Amino acid sequence: MQRIGVFVCHCGTNIAATVDVARVVEAAAKEPGVVHAEDYQYMCSEAGQLKIREAIKEKNLTGIVVCSCSPRMHENTFRQAAERAGINPYMVEIANIREHCSWIHKDIEEATEKAVILARAAIAKVTLNAPLQSGTSRVVKRALVIGGGIAGIQTALDIADAGYEVDIVEKTPSIGGRMSQLDKTFPTLDCSACILTPKMVEAAAHEKITIYTYSEVEKVSGFVGDFQVDIRKKARSVDMSKCTGCGVCQEKCPSKKTPNEFNRGLNTRSAIYTPFAQAIPNVPVIDRENCIKFKTGKCGVCSKVCQAGAIDYEQKDEIVTQNYGAIVVATGFDTIKLDKFDEYSYSTSPDVITSLELERIMNAAGPTKGHLERMSDHKPPKSMVFIQCVGSRCADKRGKSYCSKICCMYTAKHAMLIRDKYPGVEVTVFYIDVRTPGKNFDEFYRRAVEEYGVNYIKGQVGKVAEKGDKLLVQGVDLIDNKRILMETDMVVLATAIEPNPDVRKIATMLTASIDTNNFLTESHAKLRPVESPTAGIFLSGVCQGPKDIPETVAQAGAAAVKVVGLLAKDHLVTNPCVAKSDELLCNGCSSCEKVCPYGAISYEEREVNDHGIRETRRVANVNSALCQGCGACTVACPSGAMDLQGFSNRQILAEVDAICK
Amino acid sequence: MQERLVERAKELLTDGTVVRVLGWKQGDLGYNPEPAYFNSPEELADFVYDGFCGANLSKYMIQAGKMEGNTLVFLKPCDTYSFNQLIKEHRVNREKTYIIGVGCKGTLDIDKIKNAGIKGIESISQDGDMLKIQTIYGEKEFPFDDALLERCTVCKGKTHQVYDELIGAQEGEEAGPKGNRFEMVEKLEAMTPKERFAFWQNELSKCIRCNACRNACPACSCLKCVFDSNKFDSAQKANVDTFEEQMFHVIRAFHVAGRCTDCGECSRVCPQGIPLHLLNRKFIKDINEFYGPYQAGEDTDSRAPLTDYTFEDVEPSVVTERGGKH
Ligand SMILES: Cc1cc2nc3c(=O)[nH]c(=O)nc-3n(C[C@H](O)[C@H](O)[C@H](O)COP(=O)(O)OP(=O)(O)OC[C@H]3O[C@@H](n4cnc5c(N)ncnc54)[C@H](O)[C@@H]3O)c2cc1C
Ligand code: SF4
Ligand code: SF4
Ligand code: SF4
Ligand code: SF4
Ligand code: SF4
Repeated sequence: MQRIGVFVCHCGTNIAATVDVARVVEAAAKEPGVVHAEDYQYMCSEAGQLKIREAIKEKNLTGIVVCSCSPRMHENTFRQAAERAGINPYMVEIANIREHCSWIHKDIEEATEKAVILARAAIAKVTLNAPLQSGTSRVVKRALVIGGGIAGIQTALDIADAGYEVDIVEKTPSIGGRMSQLDKTFPTLDCSACILTPKMVEAAAHEKITIYTYSEVEKVSGFVGDFQVDIRKKARSVDMSKCTGCGVCQEKCPSKKTPNEFNRGLNTRSAIYTPFAQAIPNVPVIDRENCIKFKTGKCGVCSKVCQAGAIDYEQKDEIVTQNYGAIVVATGFDTIKLDKFDEYSYSTSPDVITSLELERIMNAAGPTKGHLERMSDHKPPKSMVFIQCVGSRCADKRGKSYCSKICCMYTAKHAMLIRDKYPGVEVTVFYIDVRTPGKNFDEFYRRAVEEYGVNYIKGQVGKVAEKGDKLLVQGVDLIDNKRILMETDMVVLATAIEPNPDVRKIATMLTASIDTNNFLTESHAKLRPVESPTAGIFLSGVCQGPKDIPETVAQAGAAAVKVVGLLAKDHLVTNPCVAKSDELLCNGCSSCEKVCPYGAISYEEREVNDHGIRETRRVANVNSALCQGCGACTVACPSGAMDLQGFSNRQILAEVDAICK
Repeated sequence: MQERLVERAKELLTDGTVVRVLGWKQGDLGYNPEPAYFNSPEELADFVYDGFCGANLSKYMIQAGKMEGNTLVFLKPCDTYSFNQLIKEHRVNREKTYIIGVGCKGTLDIDKIKNAGIKGIESISQDGDMLKIQTIYGEKEFPFDDALLERCTVCKGKTHQVYDELIGAQEGEEAGPKGNRFEMVEKLEAMTPKERFAFWQNELSKCIRCNACRNACPACSCLKCVFDSNKFDSAQKANVDTFEEQMFHVIRAFHVAGRCTDCGECSRVCPQGIPLHLLNRKFIKDINEFYGPYQAGEDTDSRAPLTDYTFEDVEPSVVTERGGKH
């Protein structure tokens, strides 16, 4: 017979203001098996824990129920307290009467009744609890970083500097991410390449870092401390070990009509290409869809001109399988598509561009060699209009409800740089608000207005129309309360950013959660901002939310510290709440194996003794080191053979019964 | 046809290919043949194959697979889906089974004949499109098609999914004109929750818990059904009130969801005439709509939509968009 103690916490007024704790104690005391019930102001405090320990000793308790906050907060605290008093930590159950009750109810009657029911359910469950022993699992001393933008590079460098092996998997032919496309960077206006390239080189040279470019994560299994990952290295068609990076192949390639992704399609590139001059690795790839050799079988020019003999048309994709203790997601962002924003004439006029396209135009290695010119006639503009919040803070479904956070600053940057280099160009910015919190940020914006004479107009633009070789901008000035109609030569759209669309696939593979906007969610918005709710998965950079480079780098370092903290452990304590199949009930039907996300279930032919009948049966076998206790198998099993220790079918049904009593 | 089956069964018994035959033998009435084992050529004298051989023999192969030696089993086209599904679930032994796929013109529902007022039936034989019925009041006629079981009016097809040889059937044979098997499900979907509840309450309260549906169902092949197990108290739970059976039937429907081949045995064997197959068809319809057409038992290795995950799977939010009902 179990001897159960119930401890009801006030949580200051968090619980006690809405739940009549005395009544919960009274009701719990009447439940079968309960030999002790009391309440206290803060159960989690030293004094509260002492009460639990004393009661366990004095009343010889075999199990306890704490009616308090979510088990995510203090289950561990109370398990440890129980263990110190000599009972198995898994003989503790939490009734969540805060998040599930006091915080969501106003009426004391209702809340108290519900708290009593929740307590009763936990008592019913703990009555059926059995002591469980946890084991240990290994920690593979190697981390994986998905995405080789500034976030991924910085995280990898920090982990590697702490002495651990890191692999970076980057989808495109080079690491660098968006930052490599930028010209100058706020708030200090240093050249993006000048500060990024050294980091890229450092990562490539680091003995602890392996970079897989032109590669993608294909499959992930395992769990914190021991993930197994398949990486697909797409065929580059160029032998990395032979290529010297001379670039003659790209010069001679006759197929030169492919839109250049790196320059946002503003010019074209050859079928064999490196995205940009400082690319790492400096080894081109053949874009097989646009290569004449792959399309028609003829050509082969690159192979002929390559002195190093590095071209290999036969190369195949390669799968690398590797184990990792931790995984960092750093998949970054893209600007949104503008197909739903016809009013800005983006798709019809080449002189309406996005801010990222402007970065390329201003860049010395860009499509115009850094000369500011219109894409339609290559003439220098005499005036320019910037429109902020295109698709950001958007009330309707065409855009995003959130603020992209970086656009106010980079628009001020663009305006200032243009006024500095081309003082004759008139620059107007339409804005809803200018949001520039951050160290030296507001000063930066004010410089654009005060020193560089940028014309800021508070108001939105309703339409951009083509008028001859000019653009006609119709907007409103909310401060002077008047309509504005102005002619200009170029329009730049500060386009909203969104997570890389691929991230859904990555999140699914990692069982990491994403929010409605596809940003990866952190485990706790305030206290665990770089951890995903899935153990062993960490977040770095814009994939978690809009941010600029300084913030990205800071977060990248934070994620690295968390990874290092994990990798430094010798082993992890495993959860003993694992599944187990009852051999006498198991049909060997394979339903469970199909749903197990961790591949923990296998089958064996086992001789069983079913009430005197000896026969060899195919039965399920759970590898308790692999099982994560998710419970998926227990619901897939028709006969109820599969059961989760600590959450058995019987325990769950007992809870339901107690609730429905 | 019956003669050809018997002849071939004798050959296979005699040449040692199999040591027993699983088929149907004449029952005590003229229209209730029952599944039976035949262990020698002589025993095959009682073998019968006619429109009343509705019983799906697949499930018997679970037991037969555990016996010494090979078994010959006769499977109608729709029975082969069940057999395949059992292979998938590792419940039958394909190696120890010799399958003769038998041709099928549809199986018959004696209640349809009786409900037409034909009484005192002694025997029934087929003559072209008509059934000749000998009764104690003389010979009567009844159109064959009007006597078909509901499941056969919406036949899945005449193609055997798994077999060693075919008799009276051909590879790739087409089924006759088919009705819409989801017609009644659609009607139920169109009802208000209240009406639907009343419909099922009325139907399920007829249940006498004889367990015939579960025992005949090839998907209900558990060594120990949860309703018989003392591990969960679910047997008692299913019995708590007069509307007890809803628990039994709803749980059973969930257990067979994605595995039910729509063989129709549950409804066929129910002595109370409860249209149990409608529960399973609702699942089938939903699965088809949410995950694309899927037929359990069509193959032995694909992953069923409910135990698989693909990136194309519906998200809860789009279930209603795609026409899902609450
Ligand atoms: C127009 C513009 C101007 C800007 N100007 C400034 C500025 O002046 N100053 C400033 O501080 N910030 C600026 N920013 C913001 C800056 O670009 C970002 O803060 C920074 O690039 C974020 O880095 P990241 O690594 O998180 O993402 P990214 O740079 O997007 O890197 C993500 C990387 O992951 C890779 N990847 C994506 N999916 C996968 C996958 N499935 N598998 C493998 N790899 C994958 C991508 O190819 C990419 O290389 C600007 C942004 C824009 C749009
Ligand atoms: S509970 Fe079952 S499905 Fe989940 S990990 Fe364990 S064995 Fe796999
Ligand atoms: S689902 Fe259940 S019956 Fe089937 S193999 Fe797994 S444990 Fe056994
Ligand atoms: S539930 Fe009915 S239709 Fe489905 S497989 Fe079982 S007996 Fe056949
Ligand atoms: S009802 Fe469920 S447990 Fe019972 S036999 Fe059918 S599938 Fe198995
Ligand atoms: S066969 Fe009919 S009466 Fe018998 S248990 Fe099934 S539903 Fe109930």
